[in-house]
Amino acid sequence: MPTSADPAFAVITDGLTRRFGKRVAVDHVSMRVRTGELYGFLGPNGAGKSTMLRMLCGLLEPSEGNGTVLGLDLRREPERIKSLIGYMSQKFSLYDELTVDENLTFYTRAYMVPRATRAARIAQMVQLADLTGRERQQAGQLSGGYRQRLALACALVHSPRLIFLDEPTAGVDPVSRRNFWGLVRRLADEGTTIIVTTHYMDEAELCDTLGFIYQGQLIAQGSPQTIKTETFRQPVVETEVGEIRRAADALGEWDAVEDVIRVGTRLRLVLADDRTSAADVEGYLKRAGYDVHWVQSVEPSVEDLFVSFVDKQRKTRLREQLRALQSDPHPNPLPGRERESGTPGGERESGILSPSGGEDKGEGE
Amino acid sequence: MASRLLGMIVKEFIHLRRDMLALVLALVVPVAMLFIFGWAINTDVKHIPTAVFEQSGSLEAQTFLEAMANSQYFDIRYRVRSHRELTQLVDEGKAKIGVVIPPDYARKLARQQAEVQVIVDASDPLVATSGINAAVSLGAQRSLQIVTETAGTAGVRNANPPLDVRVRAWYNPDLVSAIFIVPGLVGALLMQTTITAMAVSVVRERERGTLEALIVSPIRRWELLLGKIIPNLVVAYGQMTGALLVAHFVFDVPIRGSLLLLYALSAVFMMGTLGIGIFVSTASRTVPQAMQFAFLTFLPSIYLSGLLFPIEGMPQAAQYLSMVIPLTYFLRIVRGIVLKGVGFGYLWPSLVPLLIFGIVIFSLAVFKFRKQLD
Repeated sequence: MPTSADPAFAVITDGLTRRFGKRVAVDHVSMRVRTGELYGFLGPNGAGKSTMLRMLCGLLEPSEGNGTVLGLDLRREPERIKSLIGYMSQKFSLYDELTVDENLTFYTRAYMVPRATRAARIAQMVQLADLTGRERQQAGQLSGGYRQRLALACALVHSPRLIFLDEPTAGVDPVSRRNFWGLVRRLADEGTTIIVTTHYMDEAELCDTLGFIYQGQLIAQGSPQTIKTETFRQPVVETEVGEIRRAADALGEWDAVEDVIRVGTRLRLVLADDRTSAADVEGYLKRAGYDVHWVQSVEPSVEDLFVSFVDKQRKTRLREQLRALQSDPHPNPLPGRERESGTPGGERESGILSPSGGEDKGEGE
Repeated sequence: MASRLLGMIVKEFIHLRRDMLALVLALVVPVAMLFIFGWAINTDVKHIPTAVFEQSGSLEAQTFLEAMANSQYFDIRYRVRSHRELTQLVDEGKAKIGVVIPPDYARKLARQQAEVQVIVDASDPLVATSGINAAVSLGAQRSLQIVTETAGTAGVRNANPPLDVRVRAWYNPDLVSAIFIVPGLVGALLMQTTITAMAVSVVRERERGTLEALIVSPIRRWELLLGKIIPNLVVAYGQMTGALLVAHFVFDVPIRGSLLLLYALSAVFMMGTLGIGIFVSTASRTVPQAMQFAFLTFLPSIYLSGLLFPIEGMPQAAQYLSMVIPLTYFLRIVRGIVLKGVGFGYLWPSLVPLLIFGIVIFSLAVFKFRKQLD
């Protein structure tokens, strides 16, 4: 374990835990964020991402465990940490009645940007957020994308070395989302450490390092590429097959297949281990009498990785339930089938674990 | 630190300027309320049904009763021949006021001191106060008249007034309710606006998520609170000045005491009300909730502080309650300074409970506020 003053790491935590009453929102998370990297916390709603972030910013006190942020102790020096970090929440934290200029001015005062450099810094931020010409417009009249970039600019007025973005793209249109991430990526490349929470898989792919959070625990961590090649040893295949519903059911009952996801007219299969190949899948379907158009191996997506982690636990719980119901002649459907029939359009909304895009419910004060 | 606090203050003033609703609430509503209360609410109850038991049969008694009738407060409907009859009329509610003039009225009036007994149906405190005040004030006038008339002739006279009276409303002999109520309203308005504005300005930030941004920023808790309290105080003093101007120039309320003293003591009162406002903010999730909650704290103050209804007319339990309501004490201070022109020497007994209340509530509220943010 490196010392707390190690400049190579912007954030180090050791067994960080937060409870709300009996509920454990964050459960003994130990992690490191390298200085200058873009680190993404990925997880479904209520997984504990926001709670984790809020502890790191000093908004919430940890129930247990320790951590340092920019070399400063999380428990002992929260005030010093506050002046060094930037924070942007999914609510964007803007004053609607204040103009773009006034919002930025307020935050420069709050973060004690020296008077001499204030005007220049605000001008710089206006440019960064692409808000030139709108300085005198009230924040409440701006559209989602502009509000989002203004919120980011407000979090950056004091040139923080570390910024926290809590679901920064919630409720913003796809074009603005892409622009925003371009901006974030640029900031990271220029040396700012960025920690972001998201449940968008395409956003996760842009991070240098990903931390998967589920039920308060950090269940996997690494670069998207490392997780794919090293952590995730399960092959993924796609197939197009006739009688897709029945085929999905049949595959779901096969031990070699861990997960069946319907994507449009195709089925995406996460296999249990690499002893099974695309050819085996084709053989299995053909033997069962299905009309197989094609089967091929594909690169696992971040979504596959994460869903597989989540579903492993869900499957365990389901097996326990099935054991308890051994005498029942009609056991509960398998997860694969459940998922397939549970998406009415047949197509899983690409890249989004939770279509609601809402906040982590039940978290916070 | 100066930069952070200044940032907060400037921001709050911009909010006020931009948020027309808040501005209207802050400036127009108090004046409108002043007019409504000052004009529409008239707590003077006139033509009170009165029964008279006149035993002296004297001209002096007749003159006093005529004066009563002429005041329009009393409607002499019954002339009775016994105490029992009088009690019965009052018991039945046919008469709200009974006047008993003793047999030796005229003789005593001329020599030393005559007593007129006034029985009041106190089930309606408004009627009772009006009746008592009117009767007492009539007695005083009558006494003065007699003293003036007999001054030359009788020569030596007892120091007591000829008619037994205790003048409580000496500063308001006409019993015009506006003069009594309007200065009190100044206090009530201060209370309402400071509580509501304080609570709403915090809750709005929480609702929009900006409170979170403030907490993550290096702005300290006390800077956050002070940054909200200072603009709030500025607005409150502006309102108070406006209300006093209207009171003086529209309702002819005399301002007899030191305004400086009034403004200084108001700060003590507002320490408590701002504390209540912070409390309300910690207990509310949304702005409408905060408004309702604020109103709830405001209601008992209006009814129990003696703003509209005299404390003397309240049941004992309500009187005890009124003793824990800060507005009760502040009303004494406002009325004392504005109407009676009294100084600090007379006001400190009201200031002490206000100070204690202010310090306790404010500290508790700030403590709760800070705890909630952690």
